[in-house]
Amino acid sequence: MKILYFAWVRERIGMPEEEIALPAEVSTPADLLAFLSKRGPEYESAFERPEIIRVAVDQTHVDHDMPIGDAREIALFPPMTGG
Amino acid sequence: MSITVRIQPDDFDPAAEVAQLTEGRPEIGAVVTFTGLCRDEEGRLAALELEHYPGMAEAEILRIAEEAGTRWPLEGITVIHRHGKLAPGANIVLVITTSSHRTAAFEAAEFLMDYLKTRAPFWKKEWLADGTSGEWVEARDHDDTAAERWQTA
Repeated sequence: MKILYFAWVRERIGMPEEEIALPAEVSTPADLLAFLSKRGPEYESAFERPEIIRVAVDQTHVDHDMPIGDAREIALFPPMTGG
Repeated sequence: MSITVRIQPDDFDPAAEVAQLTEGRPEIGAVVTFTGLCRDEEGRLAALELEHYPGMAEAEILRIAEEAGTRWPLEGITVIHRHGKLAPGANIVLVITTSSHRTAAFEAAEFLMDYLKTRAPFWKKEWLADGTSGEWVEARDHDDTAAERWQTA
């Protein structure tokens, strides 16, 4: 699965995107955030407050408890500040 | 209703964009334009750097514009949002709505801006007057509250 990071999530993890094989038990964004947080201190720092992280599955906003299904890409980012 | 959404590094010309929406359209009686500019925050900022999620930024703004089209009788919507490093005084975002009457155009323009601020995938980073990079701008509760007032029961 392609995972994309933006803004300070991208800076803390140190890369804009990566390809990760997700284990079967990762079925929601909440599962994904918990799984990624165990990958190292940079991930732990990016996701230290998982509840504020916004998630887009295939470029559409989703809640943390929605099924990921067979998504092509999942993006993780801070609350948006455009406009 | 016509919808135009552009995400671009380049500046835009609000008057030219209004002309695009209104020329040869005598049924239009109201045009509302909103232009958002980069502020210097009392001299503190040298620039704002806008990051976006290519693909989703266009798609999300299009979804917001389509939603506006179902809520108000509009003739046209144009939304242009810039990205990259922008100096104080520079244009950041343009929203134009056209309708036969003003109420729809005013309300839809406000709705578009409120939703764009909380749902369009853009993030602002501050560059300080001393040349160093500052913090990422934090999302404001005020913007969430502004967007929530449009939620239908």
